[in-house]
Amino acid sequence: MQLTLKVWRQPGPNAEGGLQEYQATDISPDMSFLEMLDVVNEKLIERGEVPIAFDHDCREGICGSCGMMINGVAHGPMKGTATCQLHMRSFKDGDTVVIEPWRARAFPVIKDLVVNRGALDRIVAAGGYISVSTGGAKDANSIPVPKVDADRSMDAAACIGCGACVAACPNGSASLFTSAKLSHLGLLPQGQPERYRRALKMVAQMDIESFGGCTLFGECQEACPKEISIDFISRMNRDFLVASVRAQADSARSGGDG
Amino acid sequence: MAVELKSRIPAGPLPEKWDRHRFEMKLVNPANKRKYTVIVVGSGLAGGAAAATLSELGYNVRCYCYQDSPRRAHSIAAQGGINAAKNYQNDGDSIQRLFYDTIKGGDFRSREGNVYRLAQISVNIIDQCVAQGVPFAREYGGLLANRSFGGAQVSRTFYARGQTGQQLLLGAYQALEKEIHRGGVKMFPRTEMLDLIVVNGRARGIVVRDEVTGKIEPHLADAVVLATGGYGNVFYLSTNAKGCNATAIWRAHKRGAAFANPCFTQIHPTCIPVAGEHQSKLTLMSESLRNDGRVWVPKRKEDAGKSPLDVPEQDRDYYLERKYPSFGNLSPRDIASRAAKEVCDEGRGVGPGGRGVYLDFADAIKRLGENAIRERYGNLFEMYQRITDENPYKVPMRIYPAVHYTMGGLWVDYNLMSNIPGLHVAGEANFSDHGANRLGASALMQGLADGYFVLPNTLGDYLGSTKLEPVNVDDAAVKSAVAEVAERTRRLLAVKGKRTVASFHRELGRIMWEYCGMARSAEGLRKALELIPALRAEFWRDVMVPGEGADLNQTLEHAGRVADFLELGELMCRDALHREESCGGHFRVEHQTPDGEAKRDDEHFAYVAAWEYAGEGQAPILNKEPLVYENIKLSQRSYK
Ligand SMILES: Cc1cc2nc3c(=O)[nH]c(=O)nc-3n(C[C@H](O)[C@H](O)[C@H](O)COP(=O)(O)OP(=O)(O)OC[C@H]3O[C@@H](n4cnc5c(N)ncnc54)[C@H](O)[C@@H]3O)c2cc1C
Ligand code: SF4
Ligand code: FES
Repeated sequence: MQLTLKVWRQPGPNAEGGLQEYQATDISPDMSFLEMLDVVNEKLIERGEVPIAFDHDCREGICGSCGMMINGVAHGPMKGTATCQLHMRSFKDGDTVVIEPWRARAFPVIKDLVVNRGALDRIVAAGGYISVSTGGAKDANSIPVPKVDADRSMDAAACIGCGACVAACPNGSASLFTSAKLSHLGLLPQGQPERYRRALKMVAQMDIESFGGCTLFGECQEACPKEISIDFISRMNRDFLVASVRAQADSARSGGDG
Repeated sequence: MAVELKSRIPAGPLPEKWDRHRFEMKLVNPANKRKYTVIVVGSGLAGGAAAATLSELGYNVRCYCYQDSPRRAHSIAAQGGINAAKNYQNDGDSIQRLFYDTIKGGDFRSREGNVYRLAQISVNIIDQCVAQGVPFAREYGGLLANRSFGGAQVSRTFYARGQTGQQLLLGAYQALEKEIHRGGVKMFPRTEMLDLIVVNGRARGIVVRDEVTGKIEPHLADAVVLATGGYGNVFYLSTNAKGCNATAIWRAHKRGAAFANPCFTQIHPTCIPVAGEHQSKLTLMSESLRNDGRVWVPKRKEDAGKSPLDVPEQDRDYYLERKYPSFGNLSPRDIASRAAKEVCDEGRGVGPGGRGVYLDFADAIKRLGENAIRERYGNLFEMYQRITDENPYKVPMRIYPAVHYTMGGLWVDYNLMSNIPGLHVAGEANFSDHGANRLGASALMQGLADGYFVLPNTLGDYLGSTKLEPVNVDDAAVKSAVAEVAERTRRLLAVKGKRTVASFHRELGRIMWEYCGMARSAEGLRKALELIPALRAEFWRDVMVPGEGADLNQTLEHAGRVADFLELGELMCRDALHREESCGGHFRVEHQTPDGEAKRDDEHFAYVAAWEYAGEGQAPILNKEPLVYENIKLSQRSYK
């Protein structure tokens, strides 16, 4: 097959960017979308031109490196599929495909389709863990976890941190990502001691990172390659509410610690 | 100069070695720990766990990865599970059995002392991970579930759907982020280590390139840990992530670290077959599938082109069940891979080019129902369908072996320290525990054992017992290492030839797969030893790396990695040629039993081959660490 690509090219973080047109020829429907870009890039390199930069690594839909807006849709037309797992059989011969980087205030462009998603790491750093140090853990089977809870927790933990939810959201909100981590940990008995504190800290960090607020558009869930459910956002909002009330009560009790 | 290979296995009975060793170690006083800086290159299971734990102990840690976030290390892709001798299933498992299975699975080419420790620690790993909130699969009663993996007759594998590596890594990553937040770890993402800095014979730092700005600079420390993963991508096509590379360990090798058993590579039996020239990587279908899938090909060549549904039961050859009745579909990887190659060589292979065998779930679906199968393997089935456009619930999967894991790596002693004092190596990057073949679900175990439990102890011993002189960026050794990296980068950019980096990588991969893959011969290896240096020369003459060095340049990164693979590939072939025996994943066609099994030569080859770099254009020097078996009797491995 043959396609016309319109690709966002931007030489650096502070440079001007714009769409450039390329012909993708000799494309097989069995190629992945990234393999199609590989073919285009090899031709560019053979001509001594700078190839299109894009993040990728595992190419199995699990590392969360890849991601681009394909015809305006995060990760492209196939539901529940990361860009690297999208295959060219989802396109038709002669199609024009517009490829752009994630667009969000919190994700500045580094080059072409590569953006800086460090803000997601900082949300996790703010509290997305259970504070246990290595060593001293008791026998694993001494903490029974009901299967339904473990499964539900795993549903949330499946998030790959790609940032498509942010890119798809008209507000540029990271709520789906954050709520997935909060739910993963908050649904397990081990996660209870820090449950509310965690919600406060992670939500606060989202705001610091200039992600937008959530107004429940639901675009995030549509774009998510792991089909993380928007129900987790409601769960986050509930925990956050409880946490805020408790925090107020706590600070009233202790006279506030500034 | 021959390197000194002191394995430093503690004396005493196996079960007491690690305990005794820890007691005898020097400790660093808690208040002094923060005066030490430790560099950890790699944020996978081994590096992430080590960095987090060292920081918890109070050390100043700097951690590096080439991806944009530590959470994306290749460990994330591990699917099937992690072993531990918990014996929760009451099916006869024990530390001793996991130890024995691992030694035997590795075809008696690993150290007893290391492997026993690994089996002991396996138990703590599961406890630690559960405490961190890793959502392992559970039974309805709330207790942990297990499955079986190849080379074992007990159920000791813990798993989180088909995403065990992801969940374990997220556990380590969260611990790491916790420490980053606390200030104990400084994280350097999108930063590539391009050389090791050795001052007065000790590892004291690394030279890195910031991938975004192109800036090359030295980072100094009191000790260095390399946890940079495996080198399977020397074959171009493998199940590894595209960025996986040997650069960190290869640069360290060129600075004096011995490279052990480079030819011990693992070819995994169950991967999705190659679809065409454009193929950029291969996708693993987890070994856990062999719990319920049955492997077969048609009995007759003539049926190979038919639809599998048209080949009746009596015309199918369930060759693993036939040849290895007691382990059947769960035979170890090296054996299952070779068996697949054999039936395809006989012309009975299926799918494009006849390079494939069936992995059939029809019986399991009949027995357990489609839902049970979906519950166990749903995401793998989906992944398969997405790639091949075929529905594995209806037609059997097609699979073929692919390069997956490297048992070889930098030589380390019991403390995971290389022969360069201060340079420690953990996870897949070292050679330690898997001998000539790794059992499924044991890499995750080893990475976490190294990172959470071994290094935090042994590194303290090193720091506590060593007097380190101050180093600074103006030292001659530091300056020259930085200058060499800058010069190499300049050279890669300056060639401006006609061929793409990828085309060189593909060609190297074809050579390696053909001559140093599943079956190796002296003749083929000699040929490869001519082809590789020629290709390397052509690379430096004709490679095209567009752009500059002062910004994000992914072609430049790839070029540096391929340049190193072009050197490492040669060493692998040399090692394979010298090892005149077959063992585990190393199969020399000249050395096989009458029924085609690997024929070991314990009299001459029961040693670790640790290669020493001897300089540009010089043949590397072979050093041998004899393997001593005090507790296990060497026997021919049998899975019949
Ligand atoms: C598809 C797949 C499935 C697998 N499934 C299983 C399984 O079910 N069970 C099992 O036990 N094992 C499995 N394995 C093997 C196992 O996943 C790996 O051996 C293990 O995760 C390696 O961990 P690691 O920490 O050593 O390295 P990695 O996770 O590969 O991490 C390497 C780290 O080093 C960094 N790095 C590398 N080079 C540089 C450099 N030059 N500069 C800076 N940073 C660098 C990377 O950024 C990364 O952070 C699987 C492997 C694959 C490929
Ligand atoms: S919630 Fe989904 S879209 Fe958002 S980061 Fe996680 S996997 Fe990506
Ligand atoms: S490249 Fe890893 S998720 Fe796409």
